[in-house]
Amino acid sequence: MFQNLTSKLSSVFDGLSRRGTLSEDDVNKALREVRLALLEADVSLPVAKQFIEQIKEKAVGQNVLKSISPAQMVIKIVHDQLVELLGAEATEISLNTQPPAVILMAGLQGAGKTTTTAKLARWLTQKKNKKVLLASLDVYRPAAQEQLAILANQVNVPSLEIISGQKPLDIAKRALKQAKSDGLDVLILDTAGRTHVDQDMMREAQEIQSLSQPIETFLVADSMTGQDAVNSAKAFHEALPLTGIILTRVDGDSRGGAALSMKMTTGCPIKFIGLGEKVDQFDVFHPERIAGRILDKGDVVSLVEQAAESFDQAEAEKLSKKMAKGKFDLNDLANQLRQMQNMGGMGKLMSMIPGVNKMKDKLGAAGLEDKSITHQIALIQSMTPQERRYPKLLNASRKRRIAAGSGLDVPQINKLLKQHEAMGKMMKKMKKMKKSDLSALESKMGQLPNNPFNPR
Amino acid sequence: MNWFKKLNTAFKKSSSKITDNISQIFTKKKLDEESLEAFEDMLIESDMGITTAQKISQNLKKTRFGKDVSEEEIHNFLASEIESIVKKREKHLVLDFNNTPQVILMVGVNGSGKTTSIAKLCHTWKDQGKSILIAAADTFRAAAIDQLSTWADRLSIPIYKKSPGADAAGIVYEAYQQAKKDNTDILIIDTAGRLQNNSSLMAELEKISRVLKKLDPNLPHQSLLVLDGTTGQNALNQVQEFQKTVPITGLIMTKLDGTAKGGILVQIADQIDIPIYAIGVGESLEDLNQFDAKSYAESLVSTNN
Repeated sequence: MFQNLTSKLSSVFDGLSRRGTLSEDDVNKALREVRLALLEADVSLPVAKQFIEQIKEKAVGQNVLKSISPAQMVIKIVHDQLVELLGAEATEISLNTQPPAVILMAGLQGAGKTTTTAKLARWLTQKKNKKVLLASLDVYRPAAQEQLAILANQVNVPSLEIISGQKPLDIAKRALKQAKSDGLDVLILDTAGRTHVDQDMMREAQEIQSLSQPIETFLVADSMTGQDAVNSAKAFHEALPLTGIILTRVDGDSRGGAALSMKMTTGCPIKFIGLGEKVDQFDVFHPERIAGRILDKGDVVSLVEQAAESFDQAEAEKLSKKMAKGKFDLNDLANQLRQMQNMGGMGKLMSMIPGVNKMKDKLGAAGLEDKSITHQIALIQSMTPQERRYPKLLNASRKRRIAAGSGLDVPQINKLLKQHEAMGKMMKKMKKMKKSDLSALESKMGQLPNNPFNPR
Repeated sequence: MNWFKKLNTAFKKSSSKITDNISQIFTKKKLDEESLEAFEDMLIESDMGITTAQKISQNLKKTRFGKDVSEEEIHNFLASEIESIVKKREKHLVLDFNNTPQVILMVGVNGSGKTTSIAKLCHTWKDQGKSILIAAADTFRAAAIDQLSTWADRLSIPIYKKSPGADAAGIVYEAYQQAKKDNTDILIIDTAGRLQNNSSLMAELEKISRVLKKLDPNLPHQSLLVLDGTTGQNALNQVQEFQKTVPITGLIMTKLDGTAKGGILVQIADQIDIPIYAIGVGESLEDLNQFDAKSYAESLVSTNN
């Protein structure tokens, strides 16, 4: 879509490129496309309108930098403004109060509150060294309290004993008492999902809040939410005063425009994001990432960070040297494939690279979907060490043996060898690439020490 | 087989409608570019998506541009446009009880409301005197099995379950044998929530479907995709991607009792040939309505709450 927006904007600017400054007329034309892009990304209409007005003020009369086209200039302005509005920098969770610091979790049904509660508890325990107690006040959804107890157990955090039949307010009182007497730092209260038009349930949430006096009240919200994000966020904020937002399911492929809607409607910072079903798939919020995503610009920074975490540094250095010498054998390919798997598979990897959405279908054809990675590793493992180092040894008879050993067939071996050869060629090419599309990616990756993508 | 309540009260409870702003838009009598654009915006705000919104507003332009239009006329126009789009997807969930157990696979992303929808479906079938077995194949999410068991107890319906972490496809296989042995009318399978771009979880779903196909190539008789009514444009991806893994036979859209207007359903109906069976409009067991194009369109557009 970003590609889409870029190309649309480029056509808007056709014939008027390089005129020095952006005129109001240019900007108006461009912003019509930007507006559509925002709406397609689920940014709520009133928010999109307000945003466009702000962009207009900033863009008209701007000098177009020499190195980029007017279309890119507009995108840059839009992107920067998105980042600014989403929160110029990550906002820390606030726990600065007489312990126990109470955190209240609220949101619509199915937003991901309970899972997020456990993730937050884990994060506070591991990153902030806090002693945490969890309590579920959800007496409505069957087994909701049990769910939190199981998750608490998984993250090694105590949870309040379940007493069936107790009312949410009484559970909150009991949790407060226990957190105090146990000398704990933080108490997280998970509440039942509620629709913001349900007055009884919203009143209950208010009562819980005034009783427990939380220092943080989080709205847990699904990043796939559509236009209604403004309404629900606004209603929750009016009823509860929120102090922050936690976005869930950011590992999905939605464009996440709801983040902007909720941030602009409530003024509350987005503090955390959920990135998967597992309790460690949780991170503090980085505005650039969501901004890029709303514009479908990919998540280059996250990709680089994740790559750096997953790649074994020593391995990477070895690989860099080999690559520089043009010696990239099948052992190296196997290592790379394994590391790809560690990073969450090709699909996840690709989804973080800019403009790759359209390419996804072609991955299968290129033999890069997740299953075929497993197959390729199996093939390489069925080879002798010598064969792995010198793929040229592989004659028809050896190939048949490998096929039988791996449970695959000869054409698959040939495909693997072709791919290996192509990768070798690509690496040589990549070294030559300087001013291409890759330059932005490269420069970001270059900032990392011992970077596997940056053989020196 | 008209076993859902007609779409009515619960849906109308929803406090806002597509047309809430309609009186502000058509303050002038003649339909001009400005009011047309505002009309289109109003549709976009219901999550209908740009393409569908433009299509409807272009239709309005074709027939009424420059003419005097009343608010009521716009209302009727919009209701009939929406109805004509969703009408072709309006289908009843028909089960063939000459061929039992009828196997129904429930799929969807996390938190869309699969488990609650199962309870609601079972409630209606039970009222019709059908025998049911629930298979608890969400072995991943903490307490998912307990949640389903609680519903099964409340409804006095047997449930086939194993401990958390068990192989989902294995449970489905055994539950089917059980249902067959007991001459059960309906076997409904709860699966773990999964995001459609998570290839390994989608592969797990494919495995469940493969296991069923080995038992009988006609299985599952129904694969129902549960969509969250508050979801934006991503719902379209969900339909397309789930469709690739298990041929979806119909949709259920939940959570239409809030302020979300669920206009995405109109867009899906416009772009994808897939039946819409039911909509969820609340938390109680009765709050699942058979999808009815006419009343859906009217409740979406009407202002008399």
